[in-house]
Amino acid sequence: METGMQAGPGAPLLSVRGLTLAASRGGEDLPLVEGLSFDLAWGETLAIAGESGSGKSITSLAVIGLLPPAVRAVAGRVLLGGRDLLALPEAAMRRIRGGRIAMIFQEPMTSLNPVMSVGAQLVEAICAHEPLSRREARQRAAAALHAVRIAQPERRMRQFPHELSGGMRQRVMIAMALALRPDVLICDEPTTALDVTVQREVLDLLRELQRETGTALVLITHDMGVVAEMATRVIVMRAGQMVEEGPVERIFAAPRADYTRELLAAVPRMGRGEGAPAPVAKAAPVARLADLRVRFDIRGGLLQRVTHRVHAVEHVDFDILPAETFALVGESGCGKSTIARALVGLVPFQGHVEVAGKALRGLSARGRRALCRDVQMVFQDPMAALDPRMRVGDLVAEPLVIHGIGTDRERRARVAELFARVGLPQEVADRYPHEFSGGQRQRICIARALAPRPKLIICDESVSALDVSVQARILALLEALKREFGIAYLFISHDMAVVENIADRVAVMYLGQIVELGTRAQVFGDPRHPYTRRLIEAVPVPDPAHAAPPRLRLSGEVPSPIHALGQGPARAVLRDTGGGHLVADTEMTAVRTTA
Amino acid sequence: MHRYRFVLLRPLQFLPVLFGISVITFVLVRLIPGDPARILLGARATPTAIANIRAQYGLDEPIWMQYLYFLRNLADGEMGRSTLYKIDVLRLIATRIEPTLALVGAGVVLALLIALPFSAVSARRRGGAADHAVRLVSTAGIGFPSFWLGAMLILLFSVHLGWLPVSGYGETLAGKLTHLALPGLTIALSLSAVLTRSLRAGMIAGLQSDVATAARARGMPEGVVFWRHVVPNALVPVVNLLAVNIGWLIGGTVVVESVFAVPGLGNLMVRGIFSRDYMVVQGVALTFAVATVLINFLADIVTVALDPRVEL
Amino acid sequence: MTAPARILPRPGAWLAGRPMLLAGLAILAGFAVLALFAPWIAPHDPVLQDGSLRLVPPSPAHPFGTDNFGRDVLSRVIWGARIDLQIAVIGVVFPFLIGTAAGTMAGFFGGWVDALLMRLIDVVLAFPFLVLMLSIITILGPGLGSFYIAMALVGWVSYARLIRAQILVLKTQDFAVAATSLGFSRARIMFRHLLPNALAGSLVFVMSDAVLVLLNGAAISYLGLGVQPPVAEWGVMVAEAQGFITQAWWITLFPGLAIVVLAFGFSLTGDALADLMGARE
Repeated sequence: METGMQAGPGAPLLSVRGLTLAASRGGEDLPLVEGLSFDLAWGETLAIAGESGSGKSITSLAVIGLLPPAVRAVAGRVLLGGRDLLALPEAAMRRIRGGRIAMIFQEPMTSLNPVMSVGAQLVEAICAHEPLSRREARQRAAAALHAVRIAQPERRMRQFPHELSGGMRQRVMIAMALALRPDVLICDEPTTALDVTVQREVLDLLRELQRETGTALVLITHDMGVVAEMATRVIVMRAGQMVEEGPVERIFAAPRADYTRELLAAVPRMGRGEGAPAPVAKAAPVARLADLRVRFDIRGGLLQRVTHRVHAVEHVDFDILPAETFALVGESGCGKSTIARALVGLVPFQGHVEVAGKALRGLSARGRRALCRDVQMVFQDPMAALDPRMRVGDLVAEPLVIHGIGTDRERRARVAELFARVGLPQEVADRYPHEFSGGQRQRICIARALAPRPKLIICDESVSALDVSVQARILALLEALKREFGIAYLFISHDMAVVENIADRVAVMYLGQIVELGTRAQVFGDPRHPYTRRLIEAVPVPDPAHAAPPRLRLSGEVPSPIHALGQGPARAVLRDTGGGHLVADTEMTAVRTTA
Repeated sequence: MHRYRFVLLRPLQFLPVLFGISVITFVLVRLIPGDPARILLGARATPTAIANIRAQYGLDEPIWMQYLYFLRNLADGEMGRSTLYKIDVLRLIATRIEPTLALVGAGVVLALLIALPFSAVSARRRGGAADHAVRLVSTAGIGFPSFWLGAMLILLFSVHLGWLPVSGYGETLAGKLTHLALPGLTIALSLSAVLTRSLRAGMIAGLQSDVATAARARGMPEGVVFWRHVVPNALVPVVNLLAVNIGWLIGGTVVVESVFAVPGLGNLMVRGIFSRDYMVVQGVALTFAVATVLINFLADIVTVALDPRVEL
Repeated sequence: MTAPARILPRPGAWLAGRPMLLAGLAILAGFAVLALFAPWIAPHDPVLQDGSLRLVPPSPAHPFGTDNFGRDVLSRVIWGARIDLQIAVIGVVFPFLIGTAAGTMAGFFGGWVDALLMRLIDVVLAFPFLVLMLSIITILGPGLGSFYIAMALVGWVSYARLIRAQILVLKTQDFAVAATSLGFSRARIMFRHLLPNALAGSLVFVMSDAVLVLLNGAAISYLGLGVQPPVAEWGVMVAEAQGFITQAWWITLFPGLAIVVLAFGFSLTGDALADLMGARE
């Protein structure tokens, strides 16, 4: 046992010794995890932190005995109460799964059987482990749903998974896991796929449940904020090996390994909006949106008439100044991506949109094409954004070809120059997208966006799918390009910490409307609107000493942007509270709070 | 319950398709070169019959008027008269529809009964000998022509073993079942090859899915995981597959009925073509098309029943 | 979000270590050879009748036996490859071209073009395939030419539907959206970006469609409405053999087996191609 750790009273609950996992591919063994050893004490929360490929997820699958067919345990033991789980026959292991060790996964939608009701799945899980009658099992199921703070459990049990929101589905998964009162609950990235406020609820719930039931928690995550908030002990993994372990306070305050230090340094931290002040508006705005409305029709009924509308964007006004980074922040469905698509002319809209002084409405095809030279977009998933059948050199050159810029030789030179600028070696121009890593593909997308020398680049969740260390480098690249070329960015993200580090001005969106707009210092240093405050407070802070303020807990469903024809959402009117800091006056009454 | 609302609304969406079907059927017959009256009545028609049919179908009127006559006659249940059998086409179809329906029904049920266990074994023991065998046989099986398969089955069961009759239909229920056994098996074997491939793929995907992993993580035995969490999800696209293939299935009955001389609609159509009994051909084609539309509708209902996510 | 699984790797890398693809292509190649070189490979004249050799069982002189007209079955099967392979190829090519063009337009442009096409497809698909083919052949008169025309009129529908569905999905993928936002013309997006990715998936369908066309062509000939005797075609041969099935099982077995094997070749190739494209994801 390593020094400096409190393992809790008595023997540890779970003991992993020298675990080595390998995947067999094409006759060879690729090591996934090497010589991993750690203990889990009763009732403690252990976080296994690391980036993609670190082996943290596969370790948890090994513990619960659900390794995929191509992966096997080459060496090591997993001891639960003295028994080696790796050597256990399947029948015995099945009793342990769910009964003593339970697991919840990252994607609650794909983990629940879509054709079975929620109640049926709960009852099935309960009956598999305990000899209860159907009625007793249903009661236990309802109690489990109640324990995870789901209102009207009876009604929920009759529903099917697709009728529940993401956060609610994850609660159901937790209920299913805890209904059997396991000793260990393994959570594999349980909140990564959820919105930040929903993530907050689920994390709070996990913490409370753990206090109530005394279950030990193994939390697998890449989010150091979650680690700081939830864990008592931390293991940092990299490339299949444990890099460091220790109590959470020490890991954050005094990391010993270089990798841990790098990892912690790369994590975007939220300050209070300090940093360089916003650029003064000396020049004409690069983009201007006035009373932008985007609504999608929903047809129904016999004649397929329009019965409802999705109010994706409602009455949005803002300007983007040259060489500034303007961030749009909000949770899924708030309309931020829709605004991006309206700016590039991909969705029809009402209102006024102007880019580089030219109004979007009424542009001819040629005008629209010329506009594309001024505005470019970088998407979230670089793999899906690159045509898989084209070489990357051709992909980056394509905008030049379209706009008829330069001769063949000039284009090749420019492509080489762009590759160099984004930090990729020149020789890669002949390769295909699937041969690159995620971060490299995003660089290719950025190179392509830079090709026609745009004035504005829209980054739509461009770093959300990247590992934290890769993300930091891409953000640095974007900053450097901005300084060098004077490009303005419309940075769209749900990640408040990233936004706080990169934006000059910020607009917070909710249900299609802006609820707060101001400089970084104003919005993060002095958030006025309740929703902004909720968003900021919801972000897990990568600092274990941070005292969490009391959280407001939301009950019920998220309000929907779909309204019947003729109806619409209440309009949020923005008032200037000083120095250009705009705050919506309504409480966004759709938000219900219970203390 | 509201998910079944479409059951009321969907028939109205049939109308354009039914309209199109009637147009095509009408056009097909009118395209046959020659005097329409003689075409419809056969070469040995009496002048009075010809005059009658000219009036009934408006054969002297412009083509669009003829279409309206055609529709009106259809609405009256008047589909003409078979020159070969000398009775009304509608009655002829009514007597012959039972064997075809029975054949298709038996074929589908048998096919599922064959496909399910084989695909289950194949998916659960993936990569093993059984899996390879099932894959090989089902891949080869989709290439078996039904007329040849039927002939081979006759050879085996009727000629060599003498268990089952070679052809015909039979009178009693038991008789009908024995007569339908071989033709039904012929259809079932071909269909099961297609179903097995699809089911197997769906089951393999299901076994690797998050749903299965999460269920195993709850301690479910593999059998429960397979039959309660994988198979129901794998069956949903199969229903769609069946519906899509229904046209192919009905076409298959045309051939199989000819091989086994089953007195169904398919057989009727072939005879009608050879004896230039165009009223019959037209009537059967129309019946088949309407049946296909109805069966697709049925498939939609079944899909909604099986998969709670589907909203139509 | 997953990337489209539509990548054909560079040629040459295809065949290495892929027994299924190799086997499928080998079968197809074998039949192509038989078809092309039938006059030199077939041991006997396929239509020459010899009353003294009626219904001879398989023997060294006649490995597949002879039929009720004394014709050598092996030679007839070999010559039949010419017709049946031709059926499979021509019966696929024209529907493929017509259907792909129609489906691409519909999927890409949407609007009334799409609505019209979908209605048309619905109506054509409402008729059982064989029934519609038979009806058209009724009008045109029996024969292989009628078969091809009927195929072109009816068979394009599945291709149109398939390509349209793929284009609709691809249209929403980020790389198509990116192309639009980069200012590419619609024609460019359609032909350079969407279609090549959609076609790769169609290739698999072409193989399974070839099987269907082959079976349908043989079935129609079996019914007497396609190829006419005394031309050697596998479906016709099975039809002719039916009356003698109790006496001479070999006349029925071998032509049918030929169909099965050729179809197997197409199926194997199609499956292997599907694996190839799935594996790249």
